[in-house]
Amino acid sequence: MTAFVEFNGRTYDTDEEGYLANLSDWSPEIADYMAKLDDCDLGDAHWEVINFLRAYYQKYQIAPAVRVLTKAIGKKLGKDKGNSKYLYQLFPYGPAKQACKYAGLPKPTGCV
Amino acid sequence: MKVEFEVPALTKFPEIPVIINNAMAHCQPFVAKPEYQTQLGYPGELVEDWHDKAIEKMRELLGKFRSLRVFMDTCIKCGACTDKCHYYLGTADPKNMPVARQDLLRAVYRRYFTFAGKYFPKLVGAVDLTEEVIADWYRYFYQCSECRRCSGYCPIGIDTAEITMAAREILDHIGIGQKYSNEIIGKVHKIGNNLGLPKAALLDTLAGLEEDIQDQIGVAVKLPIDQKGAQVLLVTPSADFFTEPHIDGLIGYAKVFHRAGIDWTLSSYASEAANFGVFTGSYEHMKKVAMRIRTAALALGVQRIVVGECGHAWRVAYSFWNSLIGPFDFLDPNYPVPQHICELTYDLIQQGALKFDPEVHHDKVITFHDSCNVSRGSRMGDTPGGQFTIPREIIKACSNNFVDMAADTIRENTFCCGGGGGLLTDDLLELRVKGAMPRAQALQQVIEDYGVTHMAAICAICKSQFAKVLPMYGMGMDMVISVHQLVGDALIMESEH
Repeated sequence: MTAFVEFNGRTYDTDEEGYLANLSDWSPEIADYMAKLDDCDLGDAHWEVINFLRAYYQKYQIAPAVRVLTKAIGKKLGKDKGNSKYLYQLFPYGPAKQACKYAGLPKPTGCV
Repeated sequence: MKVEFEVPALTKFPEIPVIINNAMAHCQPFVAKPEYQTQLGYPGELVEDWHDKAIEKMRELLGKFRSLRVFMDTCIKCGACTDKCHYYLGTADPKNMPVARQDLLRAVYRRYFTFAGKYFPKLVGAVDLTEEVIADWYRYFYQCSECRRCSGYCPIGIDTAEITMAAREILDHIGIGQKYSNEIIGKVHKIGNNLGLPKAALLDTLAGLEEDIQDQIGVAVKLPIDQKGAQVLLVTPSADFFTEPHIDGLIGYAKVFHRAGIDWTLSSYASEAANFGVFTGSYEHMKKVAMRIRTAALALGVQRIVVGECGHAWRVAYSFWNSLIGPFDFLDPNYPVPQHICELTYDLIQQGALKFDPEVHHDKVITFHDSCNVSRGSRMGDTPGGQFTIPREIIKACSNNFVDMAADTIRENTFCCGGGGGLLTDDLLELRVKGAMPRAQALQQVIEDYGVTHMAAICAICKSQFAKVLPMYGMGMDMVISVHQLVGDALIMESEH
């Protein structure tokens, strides 16, 4: 099954669930667009997470563990935001999976 | 990402649904792309001679596993299993009755491998292998979590899980694999764990956790990795490094090792306890995945192997490791080989080596979800039923309020969480939610009757599954908790000074 997302007159290959197939296809604009498809408007708080995910992925070739993410966000935005409850408010479908999608990263696999 | 199905209503008492034909005929997981197939040595897509290949593979499996032929031959259609499957109870699709699931394979077996089926197929319910049959296999053998609850009620002991495994193995060999499982098995072969967590990320995560523990309790609890000469190698599901509530279980193991003064290590090469080879019924891949653990244990020179909270990992370790990757003559025979983390903790409690402050959990009323693979595919300790009593005794040692759910939903009768057997994937969310209904019903009952606030578990899949689906039944995702989080939070730690 080939899936894709159409954006600005171009088609981008994705997996079956709409995660971009190629990391290099990502742009902030397509992130906004993919989020809109899920009825999610990306604000500054979302972007903090997405930017962290992308930087982490670049360094480690994997998305950060939930605890690593919450800690980083807590350091940056204050302790009250350094928890998974806050992240679930931003990404109700699960911070790891939903945020990875908009960040253009592959979906985490395994028993998660 | 939206939920587009009806979440079953929870009734006061379990109800057996009236059948709805084809209720789940629309439901099947994503098929693995060629790249995920070929990396495991399977054809990339449906092969041209799929019919002959499938029958040939079936012949091979029937010859290799005597049990499979016995299971194919001996069903007497008594009906005892029909209302025992959580997926049938949750979906009402009659093909999710265990006997009907088995018959998908059995009908073909009869046609090609029995005298009556060859000559009088209609009389004995034998059918030709057609593309429609293959499609049904793919649908309904991926609506079985291989939990084996039905087998416990079968008067003959037919094991539906083994039949499911055989069907999945045949499907893989004609080019139809499941994306979720096969992508993951490939990652383990390549990187060492289901997540694809490389060593550098693992080291970074563990270092961060050490910091957190230090900040939280002021004790330098270590999470050592690749430490040659350590006494214990801990292999645990990689979800323990990555997600919640699993990670607090990992912290709990570390606190236990620290408090007991046991020299332990993780391995970056064998950074996964889970073994999805058992889910797809592949002996070859199950062995290859497990072999990493033997290799790591030998390279690190450990004397013991301890397995973290993972249901099917413990089944594979307890029941299959010895023949898959044994002998373990290099390990210390004074300890169980392998040993479950719960056995280790329980032994330490018995010796008085761990002291708890159960008051830490004063605000909790805790119940325990028995994981299917631990309950029906393994044992703990040295007495029958140890796999049921040991986790409960641990919980009781570190907390004051424990209650069990209804008797026909726990211990050897436990209901699967709904996400086991390679089904913990979002493309099967409807099945997972509906399959969790019997467990959610029993849980709802103890919430109403006893004010239960938490359900502890010892399986990464159970924990992820419940955190995802319980909210759809109106329960909090943080109800689910690792047994070793309860342990870790209540454990009285020595000060460093």
